[in-house]
Amino acid sequence: MTTMDTLEKPFELGFTYTRSTGPVIGHFLGALAEHRILGVRGSDGRVLVPPPEFDPVTAAPLDEWVELATEGVVLSWCWVAQPRASHPLQEAFAWIMVQLDGADVPMIHCLRAPAMSAVRSGARVRACWVAEPVGRITDLCCFELVEGDKA
Amino acid sequence: MRDIAIVAYSQSPCVADAGAANEVELIMPQLQAVYAQVGIDNAQAVDFVCSGSCDYLQGAAFAFVAGVDALGAVPPIKESHVEMDAAWALYESVLKIRMGHADSALIYGFGKSSPGELPTVLSQRLDPYYLAPLWLDTVSLAALQARLLLEQGRVSERQMAEVVQRSRRNARANPLAQLAGDPSLDDLLAEEPFVAPLRRSDCAPVSDGAAAMIIATVEQARTWGVPYARLTGIDHRMENHNPCLRDLTRSTSTRQAAEALGVSDAPVDVAEIYAPFSHQEILLCEALGLGQETQVNPSGGVLAGNLMMASGLARVGEVFRRVVAGEARRGVAHATSGPCLQHNLVAIVEGA
Repeated sequence: MTTMDTLEKPFELGFTYTRSTGPVIGHFLGALAEHRILGVRGSDGRVLVPPPEFDPVTAAPLDEWVELATEGVVLSWCWVAQPRASHPLQEAFAWIMVQLDGADVPMIHCLRAPAMSAVRSGARVRACWVAEPVGRITDLCCFELVEGDKA
Repeated sequence: MRDIAIVAYSQSPCVADAGAANEVELIMPQLQAVYAQVGIDNAQAVDFVCSGSCDYLQGAAFAFVAGVDALGAVPPIKESHVEMDAAWALYESVLKIRMGHADSALIYGFGKSSPGELPTVLSQRLDPYYLAPLWLDTVSLAALQARLLLEQGRVSERQMAEVVQRSRRNARANPLAQLAGDPSLDDLLAEEPFVAPLRRSDCAPVSDGAAAMIIATVEQARTWGVPYARLTGIDHRMENHNPCLRDLTRSTSTRQAAEALGVSDAPVDVAEIYAPFSHQEILLCEALGLGQETQVNPSGGVLAGNLMMASGLARVGEVFRRVVAGEARRGVAHATSGPCLQHNLVAIVEGA
């Protein structure tokens, strides 16, 4: 009896190409790697962040950049007592809608907080950064509460 | 414009885990059921077939093509698919008939959500640069929306519990429901938070299953000689994919669709609403302009069982069943898709 050779090859499920993030999203992500958060001014004058490539109402291309603070205020939040394996933080944390100073709309990201009781709408938070940025939204690893916030 | 008749509808039970049954095995009994209602043998007897499903559930590109095995597509049939809830497959089929390209259509939707972690899977349908890399799950998104409504005083936790209570109670009369019972408001409110401010009971369960429907011109329905209801209106509107660029405390697109159809122009006896989270039902009733005279979600709605990619079609089917049975003269069905009610479809079903 002969033994047949079984073909064995490593297989990686994934795209075999890289995507360009383009002049708007790419500019925003590139700035994140430098710990800067950029918004873009919409047709109605509102500063939008993260920046859409086209105006959400008029569909006009948007290119007027506005640098925002890396601090802001919580507009809404929810408490994840048991994070899922995919979540960016693996200890209990909050998702927040945070409106950065200088922006007219909130953005969604995660908030590292000691307990649910420490989080409230209106709380001030600041961005935290990863040590080695790669130009992704996750370079902004999370937000944290601004200490001594009693607003 | 050609009038559209709904002539048949069937839905599988909503089960938490369909076990070894694959998608084709979930679909086939529903197809057989709607064929039997009309008195036809197979998909060759309709002019067009359209399905709704989500390849992300199976984790493979073009996974929906396998669903066609349930049809027996030889000799070749005219067939289409939407990567959406099958309510939008119904919409495509309505257009096909109205344009005169078909006189009848079979629509089906299916989802086997149990093999994965549905809220996580759906996070990958968010925009690929800003939100999907955070793996922001659907329950958390809805919880952010719920807090906005609670803190603005637009809804209360008690009202949300009332929605859940009514769903469970109504579901006792629905043998296909996954969750039914008679919980007290105090018990519901005493439940631990899941993703605060949402409790687990505020969230639709994860269900496996399928649903199917046959529609036709009124003339074709009469030729078949089966009871039918008229689909007198169908419209859908979409809002920005970024939840932060819209007012999450209102469903603008639902209101626009309802106004375009004239939902409030005549009494609405029954409404079946696709609200995967309790607070969203309150929001949607408001957007649809429904009053006290309307019975909302007599089936229990999706809080009693949520067939991903078929629940929207099932809402239309539930209204159809009640209109044909003479329990309602005019009903409204609603379907939703996308994060926090991004995209909404409204349909009106009336007696023949």
